[in-house]
Amino acid sequence: MPILEIRDLTSGYGEVQILWGSTMSLEESKLTSLVGGNGVGKTTLLRSIMGLTRPWSGSVWFEGKDVSKLSPFVKAELGLVLVPEGRQLFTDMTVAENLEMGATPQRARPHFNRNLERVYGLLPRLKERKDQKAGTMSGGEQQMLAVARGMMAEPKVLMIDELSLGLAPVLVLGLFEVLFQLKELGITLLLVEQNVQMALAVSDYAYVLSQGRIDLHGPSRELAKNEHVRKAYLGL
Amino acid sequence: MAASPFPGSEKGDAMILQVEGVSKRFGGLQALTRVTFDLPEGQILGLIGPNGAGKTTLFNVINGVYPSNEGRITFRGKDITGHRPYYLAREGIARTHQIVKPLNELSVRDNVMVGACFGREKKNLVEARKVADEVMEFVNLSVRADQLASSLNVAQKKRLEMARALAARPYLLLLDEVLAGLNPSEIDPMLETIRQVRAQGITIIMIEHVMHAVMNVSDRIIVLDYGQQIAEGTPAEIARNEKVIEAYLGDPRLAERLMERNR
Repeated sequence: MPILEIRDLTSGYGEVQILWGSTMSLEESKLTSLVGGNGVGKTTLLRSIMGLTRPWSGSVWFEGKDVSKLSPFVKAELGLVLVPEGRQLFTDMTVAENLEMGATPQRARPHFNRNLERVYGLLPRLKERKDQKAGTMSGGEQQMLAVARGMMAEPKVLMIDELSLGLAPVLVLGLFEVLFQLKELGITLLLVEQNVQMALAVSDYAYVLSQGRIDLHGPSRELAKNEHVRKAYLGL
Repeated sequence: MAASPFPGSEKGDAMILQVEGVSKRFGGLQALTRVTFDLPEGQILGLIGPNGAGKTTLFNVINGVYPSNEGRITFRGKDITGHRPYYLAREGIARTHQIVKPLNELSVRDNVMVGACFGREKKNLVEARKVADEVMEFVNLSVRADQLASSLNVAQKKRLEMARALAARPYLLLLDEVLAGLNPSEIDPMLETIRQVRAQGITIIMIEHVMHAVMNVSDRIIVLDYGQQIAEGTPAEIARNEKVIEAYLGDPRLAERLMERNR
């Protein structure tokens, strides 16, 4: 049974329809990536899964239950956690305080110390900077913090929206390596990425979203060789 | 085409727009770096690139919303560098906006008349009304003429943007993502309208993310990435260009390094 399943989801903003029926499923403890060009609906799909944008039709299933109608915070309680695009950190709070904020779900609180140790172990940079205000850190460090804050929520499924956007290549490499380590902890990951090459290199399975529809999916290794992926991006 | 119709230009193949070494900075952010291209009259030029590449900034510099920090822009043989948008509208440059900007409290007709009044031909109200009716017919908005602009749906608002720009009787039309927000069935009719605009002799630059559409309709394409012009060519050349593929899909070498480290 897939841990997260999206069935025929449609969604949008106001009268603008963005998603035209997207179906995908995430296997437990695997890293799945969702790739696609600008404006095809990747962020809208994540927002709709989380409930931040209300789906128009279709359903979201988490651990075998229909969670389509649940509020985002209830989903976070269940273990479905989003690292939003643009990080959305509490910039006037310190690194440590941001991590505390991540641990608000009931199920995460008893494991606070273990999770904190874990993220500091995984991202030692954050430990060095724990008393620094989040807003004063570099873009790469802020992105690390956003992922770490998501980890503090004790996720079963961690969805990351644009891990590498706007970051220098050397930082991108470091952040992607962290994903391998998260996978080893047994966390199911859904990665939304503009950098297709990196997403396909790091993930087990991938979906290609194009104009609000999933038009291609398969094992990442196979998609990496697929001409259609280039077509989806370059239109030829 | 024989001799150039534009003063100061000697090329037989008339360049309606010449952008030479145009740069734009916002504080520490270099939004455009020495962008250079010539645009022959009557062509459709596609302008593509990842988010934040500088496409809309280039539009804003061409139509005078922002002054450039360096470089020169020549329109129909005349140096227009640093001129304001209202002046350029009268010279024959019109545009649409990515986020539509209708005058919500006015009717569709009145919105379109605004374009005619402040455009190249500076029509009076009586003439502007004639132009508006003609342009609304052309973009298929006639039946909505007396509705408030705010009551239109997204596709209709995109057409209104285009109608208002066309009512200015431009020589050059800048289209900023007119296909964004349209559903798949609305895209083809809009592309057809764009082709018809060109058939009237109007030169077009279009920013577009719907790749199959821009590849289909453009004569030439320019690709921006981080404010740099990384490629220029026919749609087929662009789709094969290594730099373009890398800008869109990421650097394959970096992906290889990631794989090697985790083998």
